Amino acid sequence: MFPSRIRQPFRLASAKLFTRRLSAWANVPQAPPDKILGLNILYQLDTNPNKIDLGVGAYRTDKGEPWIMPSIRMAEEILAKTETDKEYAPILGSPSFIDEVQRLLFNHDTSGYQLLADGRVVTAQGISGTGSLRVLSEFLAKFNPVCNAILPNPTWANHIAILQESGIVTSKYRYYDYKTNGLDIDGLIEDLQSADPRTVALFHLCCHNPTGVDATLEQWDQIIRVISERKLIPLLDMAYQGFESGDPIRDLRVLSKFNDAVTRGMIPTYLLAQSFAKNMGLYGERVGTLSIVCADSKEAEKVRSQLARVVRPMYSSPPTHGSKLATIVLGNTKVYRQWLKDVKKMVTRLNTMRTLLYDKLTIEYSSPVQWDHLLSQKGMFAYTGLNAEQVTKLRERKSVYMTSDGRISLAGITSGNVDYLAKSIDEVTRDEDWAGETSSKSVTEERANQ
Amino acid sequence: MSGFYSSNIPQLPPDPLFGIKARFALDTHPNKVDLGVGAYRDENGKPWILPSVRLAENLLQHSADFNHEYLPITGLKSLTEEAAKVILGDESRAIKEKRVVSIQSLSGTGSLHLAAKLIALFFKPADGTTESPVIYISDPSWANHIQVFETCGLKTARYPYLDAEKKVIRINEYVKTIEEAPRGSVFLLHATAHNPTGIDPTPEQWKIVLKAISDNGHLPLFDCAYQGFTTGSLSEDAWALRHAIDTEGYKFPGVLVCQSFAKNCGMYGERVGAFHVILPVHDEALNSAVLSQLSKVIRSEISNPPGYGAKIVSLILTTPELKKQWEQDLITMSSRIFGMRKALVAELERLGTPGSWKHIVEQKGMFSFTGLTPEQTDKLAEDYGIYMTRNGRASIAGLNGGNVKYVAKGIDGVVRKH
Repeated sequence: MFPSRIRQPFRLASAKLFTRRLSAWANVPQAPPDKILGLNILYQLDTNPNKIDLGVGAYRTDKGEPWIMPSIRMAEEILAKTETDKEYAPILGSPSFIDEVQRLLFNHDTSGYQLLADGRVVTAQGISGTGSLRVLSEFLAKFNPVCNAILPNPTWANHIAILQESGIVTSKYRYYDYKTNGLDIDGLIEDLQSADPRTVALFHLCCHNPTGVDATLEQWDQIIRVISERKLIPLLDMAYQGFESGDPIRDLRVLSKFNDAVTRGMIPTYLLAQSFAKNMGLYGERVGTLSIVCADSKEAEKVRSQLARVVRPMYSSPPTHGSKLATIVLGNTKVYRQWLKDVKKMVTRLNTMRTLLYDKLTIEYSSPVQWDHLLSQKGMFAYTGLNAEQVTKLRERKSVYMTSDGRISLAGITSGNVDYLAKSIDEVTRDEDWAGETSSKSVTEERANQ
Repeated sequence: MSGFYSSNIPQLPPDPLFGIKARFALDTHPNKVDLGVGAYRDENGKPWILPSVRLAENLLQHSADFNHEYLPITGLKSLTEEAAKVILGDESRAIKEKRVVSIQSLSGTGSLHLAAKLIALFFKPADGTTESPVIYISDPSWANHIQVFETCGLKTARYPYLDAEKKVIRINEYVKTIEEAPRGSVFLLHATAHNPTGIDPTPEQWKIVLKAISDNGHLPLFDCAYQGFTTGSLSEDAWALRHAIDTEGYKFPGVLVCQSFAKNCGMYGERVGAFHVILPVHDEALNSAVLSQLSKVIRSEISNPPGYGAKIVSLILTTPELKKQWEQDLITMSSRIFGMRKALVAELERLGTPGSWKHIVEQKGMFSFTGLTPEQTDKLAEDYGIYMTRNGRASIAGLNGGNVKYVAKGIDGVVRKH
């Protein structure tokens, strides 16, 4: 009795204080957790010893561990011996880093070489792929009178946020055909053809995320023709260079088509965001670049000055450690050769897991489901075709973690867990009475409506 | 071919600070001196990787779990937690009462940008208006401040700060501006070593300013890029900021703190910083909401912050021997700079350079607001190859035994001629 009477007036006073001083922050809502990264938190809390993390796209060894590439270790050693300072990089990144990246991206085809030689390409360091896309988006929102963008359906969820937060209105073009588990090329072309001139059209240059479905080289010719006819502005995202064929140079084939299109006068420009997060394993060091193809070197200078204007008030200048490593990898012949080997090794393991999963599902477990799409998809991910309900069951019953769209990161598969994974997927898909045509149709309808 | 972007893209001039660096690099003058960008130089005019940083890097590179994996969106937890303690104090009541929301940022600029985003999205003056508050910035201030806030759609205004002639703070006009600012404005305060003037309020002046800010319902935003540089002591340099946060008499709606490790840890290009939101009462749901909204901003801008520099600073702050070494490094840097202030003034007085130069010794931190006019600084660059910003701000860290007499000669020359 006595204590509560004392407590009450204190509580009232503090409540008043609370309301008055916090009213300035009254309208801060809880933002939903990022889906992909939120999944990782759930995984960390799971105590099942058989748990499998097929969420985040970071490479893992067959032991399920992070991998520092030998070439990166070499670069770290060289840097430790040669680094004299940790000075600020210029606003748009260090010239030596930019030079090396331009050589990597543009010098391997005649047109790219020409564009570089003519001073038409502005390349700047960005905060990995995300930061590079964001700077490009901010630039586009400022200077492109039509602030609309079309993106493949589906695409990496963050693409939408990056563009929208820059003030660009986004919509989708048809991309993944849920019936064939392949590319809906007709729908894609149709949707591009009905876009207004100067609409920004975003493309994944290789290893589409999340589907792993890419256009063929012939289909790319078609796409570029439509871009040219409809005067669309290509925004190219290359986060997985090297993951398609195992060879980063070979994976530049689509980019070189765009270079050709520019030098032939078919398209006046394109914007490119690329990242070394995955292909150099530099993830958290945030190394990437943005490039804009301009009419001539004069325009390139103008554009460069405007890009600096975007970066300076956001973060002044980019982080240097990762870019110093990348500069060494690209510029030192011995390290570069090792890097090519490292990428090949990494991609080979991913493709081995892909094949292993396929074989176990189809042969060992005689899955009634059609799994061919697993083999035709490319890159770090596989788009299984599992629906949200199945994904949830896998997580809750089997502690197998993947994003709700059924995308799995092959990096999370090891020779040690692939059997458990195949078995779990098989169980969950049999659960749905998947075997009949009726069932599979209803599932694809469901997917198409997502 | 007509330019695709050309029709409405003007060529912009280079950034005033990065522009100086570029011009300096191209200058072929044999005795050129760079007193532009605020980066510490050693006695030989060379960039200085702090001994504590070298030790930390060595430890880091050889540690079994060193990798390049993604950090969480909010950054390296050990960094943000330790960073909060460094700036707010180990015994900070705000931390103990769980009223501090901390997030890793791209150094100081990135932190200010997050502050701008948070204010633009969510801070509404208590009187219920829906308009975003005005950001009051000192006159003069760091060249990039205005852009940071205006790019996020916020209006900025200036508060009188420096009396250029007397080289003191215009305290009465400063307070008057605080009193006349619309209720719920934001006041950007330099926690220590004001950039560019090097003149900080005295403790009494701080109390007057903070009381006025509190009485008028404004939000203080501390920009802290030089903790440890002013006196060599982390706690002394954080006095004003901690006083604002710890004094119960103030009724701020919150306190925002932008913290950079660029200078005091020599992390410059590694981009290590933190943004702290100090809320007046403990509300777990609000803490979580604020962190989630900041995460949302970060996700669509950079996804997650860079790891390497954050790990170095975290190691320094969590390893007692490294932290001790760091504290020593801060004394090394701040005392060398102070020594150079004295040397420059001594030489100017020896030359009999017209004018009074005592202010150079009284000013604090990395910079000196010399009092040179824009025309004089132009001539200094042209005739002597000595570079500083056109407002007369010189980075004293760029002086050393080898060039201080030359710089005094140059200043003497332009003052007498122009």
